[in-house]
Amino acid sequence: MRILVCVKRVPAPGSRINITSDGQAVDAAHLGFTTSPHEECAVEEAVRIVEEHGGEVTVLTLGPAAAEEQLRYAASVGAHHFVLIPITDVDWDPQRTAAALGSAIAGLEATDGPFDLILFGNESADSGGFQVGVRVAHALGRPIVNGIKGIDLADGTASARREIDGGFEVYEVPMPAVLGVKEGINLPRYPTMKGRLASKKAEVATVTSDAPAGGQARVRLHRPVEQVSETVILGTGPEAASAVVDLLEELGVLS
Amino acid sequence: MSEFPARANVVVIGAGIVGSCLVGHLARLGWTDLVLLDKGPLPNPGGSTGHASNFIFPVDHNKEMALLGEQSADQYRDLGLSVDSGGIEVARTEERMHELTRRMTSAKAWGIEAHLLTPAEVKDLVPFVNEDVILGGFHSPTVSVVDSLETGTRMRREAVDKAGCQVFASTEVQDILTVEGEGGVTRVSAVVTDKGTVQAEHVVIACGVWSNRIANMAGATIPLVPTVHQMADVGPIDILAETNNEIGYPIVRDMDTFCYERQSAGSMEVGSYGHRPILHHPDEIPSNEEAALSPTEMPFTPDDFDEQMEQAIELMDMLGDAEIKYAINGLLSLTPDGMPCLGETIEVRNLWSAAAVWVKEGPGMAQVVAEWMTYGYPRVIDAHGADIARFYDAERGDDHIWARAEESFNKTYGIVHPQEQWENRRNLEVGPYFARQEDLGAVFFQARTWERPQWFGSNADLVERYGIEERPVEWDNRWWSPITVGEHLNLRENCGLVDLSAFQVYELEGPGAVAYADHLAVNRIDVPVGRSVYTPWLTPDGGFHSDLTMMRMAEDRVRIVTGVFDGGRDEFWVRRHMPTDGSVAFSNITRQTTTLGLWGPNAPAVLAQLTDQDLSQDGSPYGSIIPAGLACGGREISAALFRISYVGDTGWEIYTDWDNGPVLWDALMAVGADLGIRPTGGGVYGTSGRLEKGYRLMGAELESEYNPLEAGLARPKVKAADFMGREAYLAARDRGDPEVRMCTLTVEDLTDGQGRRRFMQGGNEPILTLDGDRIVDSHGRASLVTSAGFGPSVGRYLLMSYLPLELAHPGTDLQVMYMNELYPVKVASTGAVFDPDDTRMKA
Repeated sequence: MRILVCVKRVPAPGSRINITSDGQAVDAAHLGFTTSPHEECAVEEAVRIVEEHGGEVTVLTLGPAAAEEQLRYAASVGAHHFVLIPITDVDWDPQRTAAALGSAIAGLEATDGPFDLILFGNESADSGGFQVGVRVAHALGRPIVNGIKGIDLADGTASARREIDGGFEVYEVPMPAVLGVKEGINLPRYPTMKGRLASKKAEVATVTSDAPAGGQARVRLHRPVEQVSETVILGTGPEAASAVVDLLEELGVLS
Repeated sequence: MSEFPARANVVVIGAGIVGSCLVGHLARLGWTDLVLLDKGPLPNPGGSTGHASNFIFPVDHNKEMALLGEQSADQYRDLGLSVDSGGIEVARTEERMHELTRRMTSAKAWGIEAHLLTPAEVKDLVPFVNEDVILGGFHSPTVSVVDSLETGTRMRREAVDKAGCQVFASTEVQDILTVEGEGGVTRVSAVVTDKGTVQAEHVVIACGVWSNRIANMAGATIPLVPTVHQMADVGPIDILAETNNEIGYPIVRDMDTFCYERQSAGSMEVGSYGHRPILHHPDEIPSNEEAALSPTEMPFTPDDFDEQMEQAIELMDMLGDAEIKYAINGLLSLTPDGMPCLGETIEVRNLWSAAAVWVKEGPGMAQVVAEWMTYGYPRVIDAHGADIARFYDAERGDDHIWARAEESFNKTYGIVHPQEQWENRRNLEVGPYFARQEDLGAVFFQARTWERPQWFGSNADLVERYGIEERPVEWDNRWWSPITVGEHLNLRENCGLVDLSAFQVYELEGPGAVAYADHLAVNRIDVPVGRSVYTPWLTPDGGFHSDLTMMRMAEDRVRIVTGVFDGGRDEFWVRRHMPTDGSVAFSNITRQTTTLGLWGPNAPAVLAQLTDQDLSQDGSPYGSIIPAGLACGGREISAALFRISYVGDTGWEIYTDWDNGPVLWDALMAVGADLGIRPTGGGVYGTSGRLEKGYRLMGAELESEYNPLEAGLARPKVKAADFMGREAYLAARDRGDPEVRMCTLTVEDLTDGQGRRRFMQGGNEPILTLDGDRIVDSHGRASLVTSAGFGPSVGRYLLMSYLPLELAHPGTDLQVMYMNELYPVKVASTGAVFDPDDTRMKA
C-alpha cells in the first residue's frame, strides 16, 4: 500500500487572530505553527492503514522552508517519506498550489509507482479554500470524496464514510483514489520522544515547481468585527434559581 | 462583580501566586481597602504561575532563598495544598558528587532532612531510573508539590473575607500615574485600566514577566527579563498511572543535564534549564486572547529540546516510548543576579515590586513585601539580597539584564562557586588606577558593577618569599590565590596599597544635614568637624540595615562612605527617609572621589615622603580626617587623610579627587618602593586582614536579624538624639545580655577523611556541637559560618559565626561541617584574634 498525504503548515493562533499590516497573512510573530488539523488526522489515518495493511506513507507539502517542521512532525508519528515544494511567497493560490502538487505527485509516481490512496484534509485551517484536493484529483483523473470520517480498504476499493445528519453516507471508490478527510476520523497520536528524535534523521526531498499563478488573487485579509458576548450573572447559590427559571421561560425553553 | 472603585489604599497588579498571596498577607496584617487586578481570567490569569511545575526543593545554598523557600513550603502545607513527594538530585559526574556533599552541608545548615544515596538506593525509590548512568543522589524527603493556583484562590478569598479586597479579573493596566510632591519626591497616585482609573496610596507590581513593562509606565524599573524554560509532558506511562496519584514518586533532578522529571498523574513532566537561553521582550508576549495556550506558554521550539530528550531517555528509558502530549516554551522571570526584586522601587514612592519570584518562594516573598509595607522592613527574614534597591543604574538596562540572564540561565542547576565571577558585562565601572592594575596582572573581582583587584599577578614572588602552598583541592583553590597570603604578610611586614575606588561616597549638606545624619545612625554624628564615626543604621525593628562610616566634613556637611555591595540600598535608604523641607541636600560623589588605602608598619614613612603634615598619632589621630597636600608628579594635590584601618595595621584611607588618582598611585608606589610597598588586593582587605581583626561585614555578619549587641558593636551608652530603630534598640539593651554573640573561631584541624587539607568558603556552613547537633537560638537562628578565610599572621584558618552566649567564650570546642565532613573548631574570640588591643593601628 502506497499512501500520499498532502499537508499544509498553518499558524497556531489563539482566539484573537491578528493580520499583518499589509493584510496578506495572519500575523504569526508570536505564534507557533502546526499542521492543519484535518491533515494531521489524514496523516494518522494513513499511518494506521499501513500499520494494518503494510506499505509506506509519503507526506507532501507546499510551503516555506520552515514547513520542513511539519514534515518532521509527520515523521515523528510514523510517516516514511517526505517531500517539500518550497515557496517563498506568503501563500500560493489554490489553482497554483494544486498544479504544483499535481505535477509533484506525477513525478513521484513516475519514479516509484502510483499511490493507492492520496489523502487531503477537507480544507486548510488558514485559507479554507476547500478545493486543492478536488483540483489535484481532477488533474490526476482520479475519483475524490470529501468530508470523510471513516475509511476501510478491501480488494482495491476504498470504502469512505461521510457523516450526515443521523448517519453516514458510504462511498465505494476504486483505488487509486483521493479522499478529503475531516477531523474526528481518528484521534491522532502524539509523537513519542523516540519518534521525535528519529524524525530529525528523516530525509526531506525537495521538488521545485514553476506552476503559474491561478486566477484567484488575494486582495487582503480583514478581521471581522469581534462579536462581544455579554455575560449577565443571574445570581449565586439557591437564590439564583428563580432568575434562571424566568430566563428559561423568556427564551421559550420552559412553558 | 462590584463597581470599579475610584479610590483604594492599595492596588496590587497581578493575581498570580505572588499578588494573590500578597493581598492575603496584607489582610492578615490589618490592611484594608485593597484592590487586586489582573488582565487575565481567574483562577489562572495566564502568567507563569499557571504553567509552573509547582515543586519546592528546600535545600538552596543561598540563605534568603532557602529560608523563604521553606517558609513558602510551610504556608502551602498550612493550607493543606501540598504533598511531600520527596526529591532526588542525581549526579552523573564526580564534580556533581562533590557538589552533593555541599548540598548535604546546606541541608544541615537549614535543618532539612537529607541523605546521600548510592545508585541502587536511588533505584529503590525511583525504580525506573537507569542506575548505570548515575554515581549517586541527594535525597530530600521534604521536597513538596504544591497547588499554586488553589493557594492563590484561597489567599484572595481570605483577603476578600478579612479586608473586603475587591478583585478584578480581565482588567488591563494601561498606565500608572505619579505626582511630584514635597521635596521633589515622585509618588504613585493612580492606576489607569480599561475598566477605569483608581487613585491609590500604594501600588504593588506583582506582574511576573510583565513587571518591568508595567513599572516603566510609572518611570520605574524592575530589572528582569522573561526567559524560556522548556517543559514537555509525556505519557501515558503505566507505572505512573498505577500510583493513582498526582505524585507518587520522588521528583528527580538530573543535575548534570540541567533537567528534571516530575510525575504528574499518569505522565512525566520533563523540564529543562539546559537549552540555549531564549529571552523575550515583554512586548513579544501575546495577550491572553492572542495566545494559542496562555501568554506565558509560548510555542515550543523542539530543536532546542532534543538533546534534553536524549538525556532524559538515557536516565529513564520508559520516556522514549511516551507520547509528547504537551510541550511549551514556558516563560519565567530572570534578573541580572538571580535574586528576586522585592521592595519599594527606587524611582517612585509607594510603588512596590514583588517580582521575579517563582512559585517555590511565592508565599514567603509575598509575606516579605507585605511586612515591608507594614513595618518599614521585612521581619520574616532580612531580604537584602532581594531588595530591588540593590541595583545600580548600569544594572537596570536591558543590555545588562539580558546579558546576565543569558549567562545565568544554564547555571540554574549549575555548580556555582561562592566566589564565581561573571564572564560578560565586565569593566562597567573601574577605578582611575585600572590600567596600572592591569599592567600589574591584577585579577579583578566584580562587586555589582565595580571591578576591584582581588590580587596582583605581579606579587607572585611573595608566594616564594613566604613559602605559601596552593590548596590541594581544586574547589578550595578556585577563585583564590596564594598570592593573597603573600600580600597579607607583606602588608604586615612592610605596607600595602589598596584600591578602594569602589567605595560609594555620598554627602548630606544643609542646615539639617547633621540632624538627619543622626536620625539615620545609632552612633552620634554631631561630633567635631574632622571626626569620623563608624556606625550601624538600624531597621525600625532594631536590626542592621547598614554598617558604614560617616564623617563630619564641615558644620553642615556629612560624608557617608559605604561598601559597593550596599551602595544602592544605602543611597535609597538615605533618600527615602530624608526630610522634604529642603533642609538637607543629597549628593552622590562616588565618581568624583577616589580612595586609596595605605596600611602597614611602613605606611607612615611612605606617606611622610609626600607631605610635611604631622602624621603622628598627635597630628593625625586614629579616627580623624585631616586635610593634606600631597606632592605627586611634580605638583601638590589636595587630599583628606582618614586615619582608620580595616586590615589591622596603621595607615590611612586617602581621599582625593578622582582625576588625581593616577598621580597619587604613582607617587605612593614610587616612594614606597624601598619600603616594601606592594599593590594589595581585596583578598587581604576583605578577608584575611579583616578576619584577623574580627571586623564585621554588612550582608555577611550583619543582617537585620541581628542587632548591635549581638554583633558586639554596641557602645556603652546610647546617644540622646532619636534615630531609626532606637526604640527597638533600647528594648534589646533593656533585656540585658544578648542571646547570641558574634565570635571568631579557629579550625583546629583542616584534614578531611582523605587526608587532604580543606578550606571552608564562608558559605553558611553550620557550626555544630561536639555531638554534631545544630545550634539554634530561641528565634530559630542557626549558628552558621558568615565569613571564612586564612589568617596568615595568626597561622590559623578563621571562621566567624554567631553563637549562643553560653558557647561564646574562648576555648569552647565545637565543630563545623564542610562538604559533609566535620572539622573541630574552637572559639577564639568575640573580638580580634590579631593584635586585639589595636596597638599596631594606633602606632
